[in-house]
Amino acid sequence: MKFRFQRKYLAIPFFLFLILFVILPILFIIFYAFTDSNGFFTFDAVVDFFTSPNKLNVLELSLMFSILNTVICLLIGYPIAYILSNAKLNSNGVIVMLFVMPMWINFVLRTWATRDVLSWIGLDGGSHPYEATMIGLVYNYLPFVILPLYNVMLKLDKSQIEAAMDLGCNRVQVFVKSIIPQSIPGVVSAAMMVFMPTMSSYVISDVLSEGQIVLFGNLIYLNFASSQWNYGSFISLFMLALVGISMLITRNFTEKDASKESSRW
Amino acid sequence: MVKKVLAKSYVYLMLFLMYVPILVLVVFSFTDGESVGIWNGFTFDLYGRLFRNEEIMIAVGNTVIIALISSVCSTIIGTLGAIGVYYSKRRTRAIIENINQIPVVNAEIVLALSLTFMFVFIGTYIFHENIFSFWTLLFGHMILEVPFVYLNVKPKLQQMDPALYEAALDLGCSPRQALYKVTIPQIAPGVLSGFMLSITLSLDDFIVTAFTSGPGLLSGAGKIETISTFIQSSIKKKIVPIEVRALTTIIVALVLIATVLLVMYQNHLKFKASARILTQKQIVARRIKNSVIYGILAAIVIFFVVIICINL
Repeated sequence: MKFRFQRKYLAIPFFLFLILFVILPILFIIFYAFTDSNGFFTFDAVVDFFTSPNKLNVLELSLMFSILNTVICLLIGYPIAYILSNAKLNSNGVIVMLFVMPMWINFVLRTWATRDVLSWIGLDGGSHPYEATMIGLVYNYLPFVILPLYNVMLKLDKSQIEAAMDLGCNRVQVFVKSIIPQSIPGVVSAAMMVFMPTMSSYVISDVLSEGQIVLFGNLIYLNFASSQWNYGSFISLFMLALVGISMLITRNFTEKDASKESSRW
Repeated sequence: MVKKVLAKSYVYLMLFLMYVPILVLVVFSFTDGESVGIWNGFTFDLYGRLFRNEEIMIAVGNTVIIALISSVCSTIIGTLGAIGVYYSKRRTRAIIENINQIPVVNAEIVLALSLTFMFVFIGTYIFHENIFSFWTLLFGHMILEVPFVYLNVKPKLQQMDPALYEAALDLGCSPRQALYKVTIPQIAPGVLSGFMLSITLSLDDFIVTAFTSGPGLLSGAGKIETISTFIQSSIKKKIVPIEVRALTTIIVALVLIATVLLVMYQNHLKFKASARILTQKQIVARRIKNSVIYGILAAIVIFFVVIICINL
């Protein structure tokens, strides 16, 4: 039989690539998470994770840092995105570009720069690990918040805002009742861009706290480096599950939003 | 009025804070004090030392080589994949898209760890040796990039007029020719943005590089060091060479130039699309403005080339 070219065959290398380098490695993680060092099935890593106060502390600390980082980034970034979206200040999108530009400079270099400046002003990681890490995290993730918020703000329904004003809302009411609800999708996607990556960040906490603050990412690395592969695998799997759950929640959220949109018409 | 001033100053203050660490490094790259904050007199010395520092140069070379090779490979796989998937059955498409989403949302360290486990397993049980090398690093970077290439090309395929491909077939093209002559040119902007994104992802990567790299690419010994891993390991050893300040300054200058050119190109496109007719005066003003910007960019480039050449 003669081979006939069809466009869908072009996806074969892509598909094989995904199977080989995405699915297969995850299967390895699952395998290691539920076996011991001899390859026998065990729940050792699971039990260890949920009973070790050390690891639960790391979980708590990572959650705390993630929540704080998300909230601070949103509090700082929301006004910036709002101002940039309607002021003449940003006529050519130059200012937004300027906010995003640091993302293109190698982030280890940026973190190192932050560390140098912080230790210059006396906030070095040795004596102030929490403050230094927090500043570094906010500094690194702020552009990721501004960009999605700015994109949503650009699409705000101006006529709804005007209608609210015509109907007697003052500025605060307009903001609370019209602008905030309209920008919720942007807030959710901005929070997604910050929350999970903060939990699994490695370099920032390692460099800025001089290894004193151990977040989830550092914990995975430490387990790997001390060849506790099984424990490291389970923590990775736990992380993967968290990512999956947060994806489901936000997907639900946006779908609900879309259905609300359609029912209105 | 007061509100506007407040809003403006808030934005500018935040912008300033964002650039403080970078600006400090840029300023202190013109002195050779042992750490930031020690001003030892003005000198271009660091720029010469940067280019004489073999370790840093090897790291820079590795970074660029890996970024280019991995981006080209991922762009090819991702683009072909996007075309193929777009014309597959709905169910296949849904499955592949979901798999494609995994590396996008997954934590980088989990991705890196899973790849490392697989490479170790393959190395011990199939090749009976350590397989960590340039190839594992390349695959590591590709898995970061391919999904984003796919996501960049997909919308272009959706915007494409399906009749064009049919027309090409009717006019006597073979499917392969129609692909090269119709589909690829139509999705070119998406392919290009996917490629650019791949390059930035690869340049920025630390974790996957640290996990999957093998013996040195340019040096032939030790591990392959990119800029990220080199800086990180220097920080760990508590001896970051001060030449890195000069390296940062050069990177900042390059990023700045690229950003300005990008903004100008976007404005040019917007201007062309708006089809406004300008008076002679406005045209001259535009030209002068553009030449000034190009002049400044050229001056920055010449400045760095000269101080590097003098100090080498």
